[in-house]
Amino acid sequence: MNLHTLLLDVVHVAVLLLVPPFLLGVINKTKAAFAGRVGPPYLQPYYDLVKLWRKGSVFSTSTSWVFKAGPVVGFATAVLAGLLLPVAGHAPLSFEGDAILFAYLFALGRFFTVAAALDTGSAFEGMGSAREATFSSLAEPALFFGLLVLGRLARSLSLEVMLTGGHWPPRSAASLVLVMAALFIVLLAENSRIPFDDPNTHLELTMIHEVMVLDHGGPALGTILYGASLKLFIFAALVVGIALPDLGNPWMSLGALLTGVLAVAVAIGVVESLMARLRLVHVPSLLIAACLLSGFGIVLLAR
Amino acid sequence: MSEVLAVCACALAALSGLPGLFSSRNGRAGERMACSLIAVAGIAGVSAAVLAFVAPSPEGISQRWAVPGGALQVRVDGLSAMFLGQIFFISILGAIYGLGYWPQAAHRENGRKLRLFYGLLTAGIGLLIIAGNSVLFLVGWEVMALAAFLTVTTEDEKPEVRQAGYLYLCTTRAGTLCLFALFALLFGATGRMDFDTHGVDARGPVGTAIFLLALSGFGLKAGLMPLHIWLPPAHASAPTHVSALMSGVLIKTGIYALARVAAGFEHPPLWWGGMLLSLGTASAVLGVAFAIGQHDVKRLLAYHSVENIGIMCMGLGLALIGRASGHPDLVLLGLAGALLHVWNHGLFKALLFLGAGSVIHGTGTREMDRLGGLLKRMPGTALLFLVGAVAICGLPPLNGFVSELLVYLGLYRGAAARDGRWWIATSFAAPALALVGALALACFAKAFGAIFLGEPRSEDADLAHEAPRTMLGPMIALAACCVLIGLAPALVAPALDSAAAAWGVSTPLTAAAPLGKITLAAVLLLAALGFTAAALVSRIRGSRAAPTWDCGYAAPTARMQYTSSSFAQMLVGLFAFALRPREQAPRLMGPFPAAATYHGEVPDAVLDRILLPFVRATANAFESLRFIQRGNVQAYLGYILLTLVLLLVWK
Repeated sequence: MNLHTLLLDVVHVAVLLLVPPFLLGVINKTKAAFAGRVGPPYLQPYYDLVKLWRKGSVFSTSTSWVFKAGPVVGFATAVLAGLLLPVAGHAPLSFEGDAILFAYLFALGRFFTVAAALDTGSAFEGMGSAREATFSSLAEPALFFGLLVLGRLARSLSLEVMLTGGHWPPRSAASLVLVMAALFIVLLAENSRIPFDDPNTHLELTMIHEVMVLDHGGPALGTILYGASLKLFIFAALVVGIALPDLGNPWMSLGALLTGVLAVAVAIGVVESLMARLRLVHVPSLLIAACLLSGFGIVLLAR
Repeated sequence: MSEVLAVCACALAALSGLPGLFSSRNGRAGERMACSLIAVAGIAGVSAAVLAFVAPSPEGISQRWAVPGGALQVRVDGLSAMFLGQIFFISILGAIYGLGYWPQAAHRENGRKLRLFYGLLTAGIGLLIIAGNSVLFLVGWEVMALAAFLTVTTEDEKPEVRQAGYLYLCTTRAGTLCLFALFALLFGATGRMDFDTHGVDARGPVGTAIFLLALSGFGLKAGLMPLHIWLPPAHASAPTHVSALMSGVLIKTGIYALARVAAGFEHPPLWWGGMLLSLGTASAVLGVAFAIGQHDVKRLLAYHSVENIGIMCMGLGLALIGRASGHPDLVLLGLAGALLHVWNHGLFKALLFLGAGSVIHGTGTREMDRLGGLLKRMPGTALLFLVGAVAICGLPPLNGFVSELLVYLGLYRGAAARDGRWWIATSFAAPALALVGALALACFAKAFGAIFLGEPRSEDADLAHEAPRTMLGPMIALAACCVLIGLAPALVAPALDSAAAAWGVSTPLTAAAPLGKITLAAVLLLAALGFTAAALVSRIRGSRAAPTWDCGYAAPTARMQYTSSSFAQMLVGLFAFALRPREQAPRLMGPFPAAATYHGEVPDAVLDRILLPFVRATANAFESLRFIQRGNVQAYLGYILLTLVLLLVWK
């Protein structure tokens, strides 16, 4: 390993750990702009995380170590998934098949988040965990169809090759656009954004992710929110990575990726400002639509 | 050498229950004797398998046998060794577990019977795996089938157990019928009784018939959807350590035999692989969908066996597609994925069944909706069950992830192929497998959550006690294997290479799959987990405890928790087109509705909606022929005489 790759890896980890909360700030600013408000400062999510980390916490007498494992696994899996994704034209950990590991790491995080919610014995958190498990099982095939299209084009199952290979034949453009649309829907679902879930409500019967973490507070809640922002960043980078051409220079790639990720954050803010949350019964339909979109992406490759 | 060891192991296992028959009903001598004999047999069997990997002897041993077409021919090649090692390993652990779970003192009527047939079951499976001759194979197959029937019906005083036993007996008879036809055809085509299909024309009618018969006969034993009907009731009714042996090992004999028969066809038509891949995919998706609807933890685990058999068949189908289309890397990845999944499923499914057995032992119920909060009462069982649950969902860093990754890699290689249009079929299997993984996660989050988390939902669960050491020990061994294969899959690569050699694959697995990188990723994951956990734990030390904050509700009770049924409700609704759930929901009227009850279940749709109506219709259709069946022996002898005369005249 030469010094340059080592430097890039350090930058990768730094970007992965430092940038994600900023995206939440951008989303909130965008929503505020649409509503004609000033909105909280861009750095507000960082202040919130620091505040939560300093707070004390109360744990339910019903809970066990599984409740504390939820935030830990959710955060650690997101960090590891972030290492598989090329940020500056190169991923610190990359091998044939890492795209599968990428998807399954988030699944591991989900298993423990759901288990932690069930550990409280609360009906609300049970409800949220059942919904999370249901909806993400519909989102999973959409993600895999998308990875499949990229895998066929890149002839590899490594995210680094899939996202930086970049010399796709022009006729695959239609497939890639469909996949990007499908993955953007998956991004909204997996990160509990409108129209699937509303990150601002906390006490409604229609919510999914927020209700699962009702009983977490202080440092545990901070870990969950930090992990969630990492997940948002990673999914945004995945969607952007499909569109970005191979720029050759790692620093230019990094700049382009960060610009793209910010654009995705603005797009999320726009979606949240313009759309209402879907009725819960319609959520599966949208996810199945995402599966079909990326399924058509495969069929279009068969020409 | 390994053949001799394997034969000794089978013989010892077969005899293990005999001394117990002559010992007292009340003493512990019989059960200890049986367990030690199984342990010795198991050590011999496992060493035979290891020896076959280290120093393979291709010839095997052969003795003449007076049975027509039979020969006492035994061989342990890589493929047999993979299954042989697994059988004896799980059999030892099951026998030790049985000491705590089914002690003679508590089961005076059926304990001796159970141990006798448990040994015979092990021996039967072992024999059919090492048999190199069709007749010897069938002997092993039948010993296994009958011993399994007799162990399933251990508690034959219960009507549902008898029913499960009969259903199993009927299906296994039907499967054996297919095998008789299969071996007769094979003998006709090759003139040998060694069930080697080399030289049979795969594209001719005989080749097609052999493939379809093997698929039905072995598919019935494996529990491939829609031939799985016997599996859930049999697994639920058998004593739990027998369920573990059946689910972990017995159903895999179908996969073994399928892999063995398919090995000889070097140029199979493409539709064979396509059919096996589609059946496997359907089995995996529907198996897990049915599992989600179950309330009985053992039935839930049984449907997961259907799912996992589906994943193995996907791997085998992929290997056949690879052969048909000339892609050796698909053969290697598909076959290695399927065989590693055989091992992995044996480990984590046995672990989960034994965990469920500890729960039943500690609480006396299999109904998940009556459990809850067991993590605090049975911490060891809970942790071990969690390991099994994470492994069966195929999540890193445990063993299920490795075998699923191999199958995924194969499916993606297939999807990237540029020759012909068959890649579209493989490319739709990968997202289906992703769906299966996500549904399995939902199902095990539900099972683990309903059984171990939250507050106890009944007094049984509240008063639960931890399992004794004889029961926890075998579970620890299984969990350790799950972790080991997950962290260092390169350790099992030589065994997989040796097994893949039966299909003529010579590329080593380490060249086709990133096994070393999996270890690296797993270690990094553990490091990240450890670091985050240390940071969080140091920060929350000394925090307060209070009741769950139930959105301001002042008097939460355990009955307000989500149950396994409520957790599964949305998914069951999404799959209602296939599951056909039955539901009795009350209509709540007015502001103060009266007390009401809700009942919901997901019965087996194939059995209840297709097979039983079909059997009833057939029985009615043949009602008019009942006059032939007079019930006296003379008439039947007369029929036989008449048939013989007619046959003599005809030929």
